[in-house]
Parts: sequence; structure tokens; C-alpha cells
Amino acid sequence: MPARSLPTRTQALSGWGRTAATTAEVLATADVEVIARAVAQVAEQNDSKPSHLRRGIVARGLGRSYGDNAQNAGGLVVDMTALRRIHSIDADSHLVDVDAGVDLDTLMRAALPFGLWVPVLPGTRQVTVGGAIGSDIHGKNHHSAGSFGNHVRSMDLLTADGEIKTLTPKGRGSKLFWATVGGCGLTGIVLRATIEMTPTETAYFIADGDVTSGLDETIAFHSDGSEANYTYSSAWFDAISPPPKLGRAAISRGSLATLDQLPKKLRANPLGFSGKTFLTLPDVFPNGLANKYTFTPIGELWYRKSGTYRNKVQNLTQFYHPLDMFGEWNRAYGSNGFLQYQFVVPPESVGEFKNIILDIQRSGFYSFLNVFKLFGPGNQASLSFPIPGWNICVDFPIAPGLDAFLTSLDERVLEFGGRLYTAKDSRVRAETFHRMYPKIDDWIKTRRSVDPTGVFMSDMARRLELS
Amino acid sequence: MINAVGNPQTVLLFGGTSEIGLAICAEYLKKGPARIILAALPDDPGRDDAVAQMMVAGASKVEVIDFDAVDTDSHPKVAEQAWADGDVDVAIVAFGLLGDAEELWQNQRKAVQIAEVNYTAAVSVGVLVGEQMKAQGYGRIIAMSSAAGERVRRSNFVYGSTKAGLDGFYLGLGEALKPFGVRVLVIRPGQVRTRMSAGVKEAPLTVDKEYVGALAVSASDKGKDLVWAPGAFRYVMMVLRHIPRPIFRRLPI
Repeated sequence: MPARSLPTRTQALSGWGRTAATTAEVLATADVEVIARAVAQVAEQNDSKPSHLRRGIVARGLGRSYGDNAQNAGGLVVDMTALRRIHSIDADSHLVDVDAGVDLDTLMRAALPFGLWVPVLPGTRQVTVGGAIGSDIHGKNHHSAGSFGNHVRSMDLLTADGEIKTLTPKGRGSKLFWATVGGCGLTGIVLRATIEMTPTETAYFIADGDVTSGLDETIAFHSDGSEANYTYSSAWFDAISPPPKLGRAAISRGSLATLDQLPKKLRANPLGFSGKTFLTLPDVFPNGLANKYTFTPIGELWYRKSGTYRNKVQNLTQFYHPLDMFGEWNRAYGSNGFLQYQFVVPPESVGEFKNIILDIQRSGFYSFLNVFKLFGPGNQASLSFPIPGWNICVDFPIAPGLDAFLTSLDERVLEFGGRLYTAKDSRVRAETFHRMYPKIDDWIKTRRSVDPTGVFMSDMARRLELS
Repeated sequence: MINAVGNPQTVLLFGGTSEIGLAICAEYLKKGPARIILAALPDDPGRDDAVAQMMVAGASKVEVIDFDAVDTDSHPKVAEQAWADGDVDVAIVAFGLLGDAEELWQNQRKAVQIAEVNYTAAVSVGVLVGEQMKAQGYGRIIAMSSAAGERVRRSNFVYGSTKAGLDGFYLGLGEALKPFGVRVLVIRPGQVRTRMSAGVKEAPLTVDKEYVGALAVSASDKGKDLVWAPGAFRYVMMVLRHIPRPIFRRLPI
């Protein structure tokens, strides 16, 4: 057992998609010493074991990645959510110093009274800082702010040699810093990080809403230069209705509101936020409930209620996180689970991009939660997902034939210079994935230099051959 | 690893030239490329054909390792070899003998041999695979049982009794391994059209090996622990199981 003398328990783990569960020894502790001891123990055992018996260790946050990033069959998994102290928040320098297990919701609530905003928020705030770094997450403001790694000023990384290294984006250690950003937890365990926050006067957005009637209009809308007027932009689009409705979108764009943009009654408490979960879904949904007949009317309703508006004051839940109104919403897909297919293709591949959306509609696999966003420039991290281009996220309940269809899409995404996102992927083949990330060999070299025996290991690392 | 849609990276077949075993492997390869490890007798004349068949079916790599079912002392080495290059996601236990039913119960040497191959060796392999998969924290085992083991009949009771033993062992193994993330699927086919049954008169509900292959993969994906091939067999056997012995023995089965 890898967990000799460590306070672990055996647990089956899967990602947010609830697929491909495996069993690991889970260590939940707020004691960095214990985590370091666990890493040392794995490192020691690796030296004396043949490669297939090295099961390794990996950090896990809140398990919001869809696939197998934060599971480690037969090995150790460190539940980082116990390590959740906010060490300091500095309103002047905009820097926060936090443990890796702090989630973005907690961080946001703590930092708002200081007039500081989390610089990058993904589609949920239920992710830890460590997870945000490991997947180099992005949000609705990618075109203006880049991804999460762009805002990390330093991090403490526990590496395979048992040392805690303080890494910064520039200078000594920057190579390991950028290998850790987007590195799926495979360079070490991020224990603590300093994040540069975005100053804000309010916790509200000034939002514009627009609806388009079809795919061409949606693309044209994103190509006319108006995106630059907003720091935040994303769209929900229709992937079920056949053309000409296919690709029609409800586009939501906006920027953080300044104090004088708020109506009087909100000015009393401009940095206030109360995000409530209205309903936590029970775990009783049958498989197959999420289908064409339930999705089509829900989609229609979503599209209709969106509408066109200008300079509307919206809170974060309205503008950004409508799904947060429902806890554990992944249960609606039933026990077979589901997967998200998120890809980005460069701006010039717009023709192929349209064809892919057409093929998704024709495939007979129905996706309701469809996100459309035009990415801005990427960063220097080898495994960071965002590159400039058309980014789409769709999700499908697991069904026969789905994989064959998606495998054909993988090839096309690859052919046109695109890629898939590790935080969403749960099925792509290793070989395809490697070809999607041109700097992957460089990344693997860096990983091997700090972790030659594979102390840090996950199911994803085994599946995508990342060691 | 096994991905979100149930595609394995490595499949290990005990009984590396077994037609049903190869049909299950081929079914997995329909989903996507995988490494196939065939564990077969060193002098099995079907080895080259089996490798070729797997390559044609889309295997990314085919490895053959020596496996002699009756030499249980050598089995730990076989398991070690199978796992040497990484995890095994799916292990299929598909070796077995049928023999001549009337000869078997009157020939001590042959009866012992079939008991050793069909039962003892299957237990030996099951323990070893279970040990490896428990350590790796996940995995699937598919064991070929038989409808003949559900209620052992006069017409082939030596064979039937070995499969009854195997069946009980693997069902139990599945329960024991469940907490460790390992799933075991027991398949009870009736008659399947293969070399093994070529000399036997075709019974009702006989199926093709491809049918068994597809059923095995889909049932394993769904996390089932027991499946009949064809499904109707379940009901036939359910009835047979409850027929009192004095009547049962008069039935022409």
C-alpha cells in the first residue's frame, strides 16, 4: 500500500463528468509537513519499484475538471481543499497570498471588500487556486485578460525531491513556473500562490445583450471589432436546431461597473455579493433524460429570455454564473455521466469551424450547454489551452457512437491547428493530444528533469502519456 | 487507463487463441486502437493467426506471452510479464476445454485435465489478475463461464461442473474486488459457433462469437456482473434450475 503510516482512506474518484472512476488512497490534511512526507514516501518507493508499480501521487482540488486529471488509480491523491488559508490581501499592491486549496468563491468574497476582483473566473467559482493554475483556466474575459497563469506572481511548488520551490514567471525558476501553469499537477504540488487581483469599484457588471439569428451572424458579430469595447464576452449558442437557426446565439458582453454606473440603491453597498444556490439537484435523474426532447424547449426558452439590452446592471450570477443557481447540476445527466467537448481553432479556420458546428448538429448527439467565445492571445505555458481563435464548448451525455463521432472531430480540430482542453477532456487519444500541443516535448523534458521517476502521476498522465 | 467512453489502452487475453476471446478483443478494437497481449501456449499453432487477426482489427501493438494453464506455478511470472509495460485495463479469461462428455466421466486422466484447465487454472489466473488490478486501483475482468454451469446436466456434467466452479469463483471475486474499483463480468453463453463446438450438434439459441464479443464489451461498459448470451438463455435456465430432479433427468437436454 502506498499509504503506509499516512492518514488516508480508500476512495473511488471521478471527475465532474462522473465517468471512468478509479480507486485511490486519499489524504486530506491542512498540514504541509504531512503532504511533504507523502511525497517523500512515494519518491522513496519509486526508487525501488519497477515502473508499473509506481502509482505516484497527485493533488486534487474540488474535482471540477471533467475527466481524469485529479484521480490516480492505485496511488495517492491529496485532497487540497483542507489547505485553505488566505494569508494576506493587499488593497494597494492588489496582491493576495493564498493557500492552493482556497477556492475562487471564497477568494472573491474575501477580496471584494478590498475592492479587488478575481482576475480570471471560469464557468464556476468552485475551483481551487491550485486547480486554476494546473489547468490554466480561462473565463469570459480571456480576450482582455488572458488565462489564470498570467496573473500568478509567484507560487510555492512542492517537487519530487521534497523541496518547496518558490517560482516566479520571470527569471530563475520561470521554466518550471510555466510548466506548472497548465501542467495538470504533474510537476509537483502547488501549496501556495500570490495572485495579482484586478481592482474594481463594484461587484457588478454593465452588460449588453444581443441575439443573433444564425451561425454566420454570430461569427460576424464577433469579427466586427466590437469585442474590444468589453472586457468580458461570451455567448450561449444553439447547437440543436438545424440551419438556418443553427448557431444562433445569445451574446452577453460587459465590463466591471464603476461606482457612478450603479443605480443609487446599489451604491450603498457596491462591493456586496450574495450568490445563493436555489436548488441542489438530487441524484435521481435517469440516464437519457437529457435528450433532444428536453433540450430543444429549454434551449428555445434560454434563447428567447435572453433578448437585447444595453447598459444593464447585472450581478455576477446573472452575468456570469447562471448555473451556480443549481448545485450538483451534473446529476441531471444520470449515472452514465457526460462529457464536455471543448476545442479552439485559429481565427483563419473559420470555414472549418462552421463545418464542425454543422456536423455536431447533424450528428444526432444533442448538446444544450454550448459556449462560444473568441479567445485572445495565449501565454507561454506549453500545455496552456487558449490560443487566439474560435473556442467552443459543448456537452454530451455518454452514448454509443459518441466516441467515434468525437474522434473524427479530434482529427479535424488537429488538422486545422486547434486543440482540446485538459480540464474538459476525458477521452482523447494520447497520440492525438500530443500532436495538438506543439511544445509538449519541451514540457515533458521539464517534467522529467524535476520528476524523473514519476512521483507525480494521475490517470490523465497515464492516459495521455504525460510522463 | 479506460477513458470516459470505456475505451481501454491495454487488453490481456488468457487463452490467446480463443475464438471468443479474440472476438471480445476485436470488439474493443472497434472502439479504438489498443495494445493487445495474448497469453497462449508456446506451441499453440494458432498464435500467428491470432496476432494477424488483432493487427487487422486495429491493434496498436500485439504482444504474445507464453501461458500454460495447467502449469499454475508459472502463472505469477506470466502476470508479471503481462504487467511489465504498464497497467492492464481489461483481462479476459477465455481458455478452456470441452472434451467428449461421455469419455470425460470415464477417463480419470482427462477428467482431471479439464478440471485443472477450466477450474484450477481459472482460479489461479483470477487471483493473480485480481491482485494486480487491486494494486492499480481499477480494471475489468471478463470471465467466460457457460450456461452449462448454471444447472449441471447429465449430458455434459464434467464440463458443466468445471464451469459451475469458475462461475462461482468469478462472481465472488467481483464482489471482493468491487471496493477496489475493479469490476468482474461473468458471461454465460449457451452454444457458440467456434472450433470447440464444431463437432457438436447445433443447439437452439446458438450464437456467433461476434455476438458474444459485442455483448461482453457493452455489458462490461455498463458495469454488469453477469450476462447471458443470448439474453433469452437466462429465462430458459431460470426455468431449468427449478425443475425437480426426477423430472429434470428425463428431459432430453
